[in-house]
Amino acid sequence: MKYVTEFRNPAKAQALLTEIRRLSQLLPINSAKPLKIMEICGGHTHSIFKYGLETVLPESIELIHGPGCPVCVMPRGRLDDAITLAEQPDVIFTTFGDAMRVPGSQKSLLQAKAQQADVRMVYSPLDALKIAKENLDKEVIFFGIGFETTAPSTALTILQAKAEGITNFSLFCNHVLVVPALEALLSNPDLQLDGFIGPGHVSAVIGTEPYQIIADKYHKPLVISGFEPLDILQSVWMLLQQFIEGRCEVENQYTRLVNSVGNRVGLEAIAKVFTVRDRFEWRGLGEIVQSGLKIREQYAQFDAEVKFVVPNRQVADAKACQCGEILKGVLKPWQCKVFGTACTPENPIGTCMVSSEGACAAYYKYGRLSILGKPSQPKKSQVSV
Amino acid sequence: MNLSSANSPQHPILQKLEQARCHHSQVRDSNITLAHGSGGKAMRDLIEDIFVGSFDNPMLSELEDQARISLASLITFGDRLAFTTDSYIIDPIFFPGGNIGNLAVNGTVNDLAVSGAKPLYLSCAMIIEEGLPVKTLRQVAQSMKTAADVAVVQIVTGDTKVVNRGSADQLFINTTGVGIIRKGISLSAHNLQPGDAVLVNGYLGDHGTAITVARGELALDSTIISDCQPLNSLVETILDICPEIRAMRDATRGGVATVLNEFALSSQVGIKLKESSLPVREEVKGVCELLGLDPFYLANEGKLVVIVPQSKAELVLAAMQAHPAGENACIIGEVIDSPSGVVFMETLFGTERIVDLLVGDQLPRIC
Repeated sequence: MKYVTEFRNPAKAQALLTEIRRLSQLLPINSAKPLKIMEICGGHTHSIFKYGLETVLPESIELIHGPGCPVCVMPRGRLDDAITLAEQPDVIFTTFGDAMRVPGSQKSLLQAKAQQADVRMVYSPLDALKIAKENLDKEVIFFGIGFETTAPSTALTILQAKAEGITNFSLFCNHVLVVPALEALLSNPDLQLDGFIGPGHVSAVIGTEPYQIIADKYHKPLVISGFEPLDILQSVWMLLQQFIEGRCEVENQYTRLVNSVGNRVGLEAIAKVFTVRDRFEWRGLGEIVQSGLKIREQYAQFDAEVKFVVPNRQVADAKACQCGEILKGVLKPWQCKVFGTACTPENPIGTCMVSSEGACAAYYKYGRLSILGKPSQPKKSQVSV
Repeated sequence: MNLSSANSPQHPILQKLEQARCHHSQVRDSNITLAHGSGGKAMRDLIEDIFVGSFDNPMLSELEDQARISLASLITFGDRLAFTTDSYIIDPIFFPGGNIGNLAVNGTVNDLAVSGAKPLYLSCAMIIEEGLPVKTLRQVAQSMKTAADVAVVQIVTGDTKVVNRGSADQLFINTTGVGIIRKGISLSAHNLQPGDAVLVNGYLGDHGTAITVARGELALDSTIISDCQPLNSLVETILDICPEIRAMRDATRGGVATVLNEFALSSQVGIKLKESSLPVREEVKGVCELLGLDPFYLANEGKLVVIVPQSKAELVLAAMQAHPAGENACIIGEVIDSPSGVVFMETLFGTERIVDLLVGDQLPRIC
């Protein structure tokens, strides 16, 4: 656990918080007009709730939870397509566990599994490839989801399948790209953001350079951050420094994992296997140009969308669902009409309530304390050692 | 000609056949076949050889359809019968620290023990998948016997079914247990009162982690072993020194978090935990970090949660720590009056967060 517990040290957090408070007082911000910082990545959202960071930051700093939870941004139509693939005869459909409970328009993969579809949870696409080798009479489809973080392992799996001449393995590709999503958010007039906490794992793959457009074109500072509480607090502090010094830069707090050029091997694998789609639909954000990946023609024999007839459904979100507004950070989870009533982790309507990285699920799981009328919420200054 | 006549030339061979029919032979097959569940001789041999042979007690050896237990012998232990059942399904059936057999004994022993009962008798029903190596079944039965001896209980009745390949995964075991609750003990999830202390008897999440690693899907190496153990002796020790214990439950599936939520809801109290007090091994924390799991929800097979009046907390803690099944016991939190029905944790950061019931299984995260 070395390199983890060091980043959860309460004494160091206290020092950082004191410094954050001091800096925040130097800026023209207050609880009525707070500084709005979006953490893009669902992993950050989860950490923020798990460690209760919102309750210890000054009220003049508001954290907005962004669209970086891979299953949360999956539109219902794509899920329906995945379920259709899973229900084909002689298909073994493999997926990361997180995607099992996400509701499509009729059912989830978990429910499809209960109705006879052969859906199996895997930890890596290589596990799916192994299943393919062990079941030559079946077609094994891997549900490729996630940002640039998971795309390299999917790409490397395709390369390995090709090298080994495997013919019963294919990929239902839903990999998405983080920077186009940020640009779409920044083009949305509803949303007034001051800066970003940038994703850590994605950046370990793509490096820091692709974010430069956010600073240059949209004039928003961005700090790439690790996932431990001290990482996140330090990133907030770095953003405050930028505001105070009038800078607008891409900075890297997560230097222990992220460099400027990213992971060469991973990027090469992505470039070799995938090409960018003209457009891809995101839940809540609509279609975003050049925001998703698809398999190149040279690897079409591994493309489930080529091998099978995929219905390619366009399904609107449930009427009551405000995931789109949550993913854009326009609404807080508790401001959604159905949060905690019609939409709960047991019976989720929207994706944000399903994944442990979704803002609504995190808020439901960790954040309800204040609405339960618990009197002894810690005061902002009460971070103890 | 009368074939059975002593003068008949076939007589000696028939006599041999008759002896063989009565004789209980060893199971010589290497794998279980459907014949072993057919109700015929193969099944009888299986029962005699493996189960009666391993479990080895006079009540089972009677081979009646039921065990017969004298009431007079029972009432010497207390005034109420505790009665519980549980089915054991685990993959893999052998794992570091145990196997499905000792799990099936300890699990049911523990379900009885946490009511304050002295566990006495168990049943054992096995559903066996065709093809299971007989050697495996024998090994499981023998470890059930060892576990029963350690816990001082007897397996006195049972049942065997063999199902087609694919209709079960190797071996499923159901054990039902009875025990006697001593006079004056009344443990219940409804008994919690503000001020009570929350104790556990050692490291959390070992079993869940050991099983996750043993499944081999993650190519992880670890030395973590399941905590599978009987708790009846520990329970007896602490009830002796503190009959006022309010509630006890073994924290199996869903872990300690689930037990505490059930307690909080049943007693309409709040439970406040301290993250810094939770006993979790570094290795378990490491596996959980990798997979995005919370050790607080992981299964245990030899851990119990005990709710004790505050004034007796240190006394019970010391007794637990002096017992081999509770060496690493500690106080992890306290019962408070509100918010009612809620478990929450003071994090290492001094912030607070809810520790809620899980909706389904914990699912490993994507990235």
